[in-house]
Amino acid sequence: MEGFLNNGLVRWFDSRLPVFSYVNEHLVVYPAPRNLNYAWNFGSLAGLALMIQIATGIVLAMHYTPHVDTAFDSVEHIMRDVNYGWYFRYMHANGASFFFIVVYLHVFRGLYYGSYKAPREVLWWIGLAILLAMMGTAFMGYVLPWGQMSFWAATVITKLFGAIPWVGESVVNWLWGGEGIDNPTLNRFYALHFLLPFAIVGLVVLHLWALHHKKSNNPLGIDYKGPQDFIPFHPYYTIKDAFGAGVFLIVFSIFLFYAPNYMGHPDNYIPADPLKTPPHIVPEWYFLPFYAILRAVPGKLDGVIVMGLSIGILFLLPWLDTSRVRSATFRPVFRWFYWILVLDIVVLGFCGANPPEGAWIDIGRAATAYYFVHFLILLPLIGWFERPLPLPDSIAKPVLSGGPAPAAAIARDKARGERR
Amino acid sequence: MAEHELVAPEETRRDFLYVATGAVAAVGAAHAAWPFIDQMNPAADVLALSSIEVDLSPIEPGQQITVKWRAKPVFIRHRTEADIAEARAAPLDDLKDPEADEERAPRPEWLIMVGVCTHLGCIPLADQGEFGGWFCPCHGSHYDTSGRIRKGPAPENLTVPDYVFVDDTTVAIG
Repeated sequence: MEGFLNNGLVRWFDSRLPVFSYVNEHLVVYPAPRNLNYAWNFGSLAGLALMIQIATGIVLAMHYTPHVDTAFDSVEHIMRDVNYGWYFRYMHANGASFFFIVVYLHVFRGLYYGSYKAPREVLWWIGLAILLAMMGTAFMGYVLPWGQMSFWAATVITKLFGAIPWVGESVVNWLWGGEGIDNPTLNRFYALHFLLPFAIVGLVVLHLWALHHKKSNNPLGIDYKGPQDFIPFHPYYTIKDAFGAGVFLIVFSIFLFYAPNYMGHPDNYIPADPLKTPPHIVPEWYFLPFYAILRAVPGKLDGVIVMGLSIGILFLLPWLDTSRVRSATFRPVFRWFYWILVLDIVVLGFCGANPPEGAWIDIGRAATAYYFVHFLILLPLIGWFERPLPLPDSIAKPVLSGGPAPAAAIARDKARGERR
Repeated sequence: MAEHELVAPEETRRDFLYVATGAVAAVGAAHAAWPFIDQMNPAADVLALSSIEVDLSPIEPGQQITVKWRAKPVFIRHRTEADIAEARAAPLDDLKDPEADEERAPRPEWLIMVGVCTHLGCIPLADQGEFGGWFCPCHGSHYDTSGRIRKGPAPENLTVPDYVFVDDTTVAIG
């Protein structure tokens, strides 16, 4: 890259529009903590998933028609007539699921290693905003095929706004553009589904800006002390991210080519019928925990509020977690409760997937209650009472003075230094 | 050079891996790109509509109908004796794109051609222009009663599509 940047033509261009030095600064020589583990791959994978969604989405938009009379047929037209149409539609549908998988893993990485704590609170907020924008985009995209699940998902989700006191009904009619879900609704959802991903791209730029301003957190969760704590992004993390992308694409391909409808719902292959609701409607898997929280609370407005708060309290997480220690590696008590929270969210997912009958109601309520207890009561208390393990002096120190593996790294670094 | 060879064993191996990785990535990118290109080609349902049949019985001599075939207008002209005589009298040496009327209209009373100007794709107007045939309003190309370019910027005659007469009053185009 250095040689490239010294090229006369490159220098001429770069002095007028510094794209090359910008890329160099942020993707090549960018100082990244030397101890990042594979949990740090999910950010780049989320970026990859976003690009896949935008690329395949633009292809689908070339063949799809957002009209109640032709939307369903145009999706079948994509599946049967358009060259590689099945490939693009399955990639887009499964890509949405995989986008959520890597984003959720990215969020849980942040929760485990305390990436939301000072000085990265704004970075965390922007991440949550991306998650909310993704949810809106995914929901409106799911409506577009105009199958039974599309239609009734649109009904149920838009009706949530009906819970708003006084103006609820007007708001819902405003969202619909009518007295019910019909062509105006489908048209605006299509327009917004096209728009929102680009809003996400904008948020991602802000996310990366905030990230590169304060630099990455790391598995030790300690601040960097000097240049010895960093390694250049390229080639160390470009190659690590590329390897992760390869693994991701293999798993993605298994679903795409061998189980493309595994995460879908067969009822969505029935054209939308405004006069008949399917007997059992569930959202896509990535909404199930929130759906469970919605159903756990009796009372329409209360349920909507509590579901909104389930994400809303995450904005306050940097202050709810009172511990100054970021990484769970050094927080013996928090670590336990972290895994209990993960389990709790998985349980909520199962509650959301099952009909609200019998034991599922009680389990869902208990899991919902625990979710809020974790964030509002346990986290502040753990921060006060927990005695964290001693933190290492620096990122570089345990790497350079540890067991046999780091010793080998020192030898290699030395050899490399001598060769230079 | 000698110094380079001293460190060569490790360097070569790394270079090889570097180039091999790049090559795999390039092949993968090319494979990933092809569906994105091919999806814009005509879809199966479009290709399935490649031929049409037209009933000619209502078209009186001197009349012309325009039908849509493969997303383009096709002129079907029931020519009068005068049209035919004029088309066949034109000396081939005068033509920009020499083509005998007999070749263009094996059944002389029926002239069937794609109504797209060979210049830049506008639809020529019938019964206009200096040669009694068609005139393209976009850039002033004049076509004669056989649809041959006589004057103006168009390089070629109006295209005659493949067609067969299924019977005396029905033609299959495409």
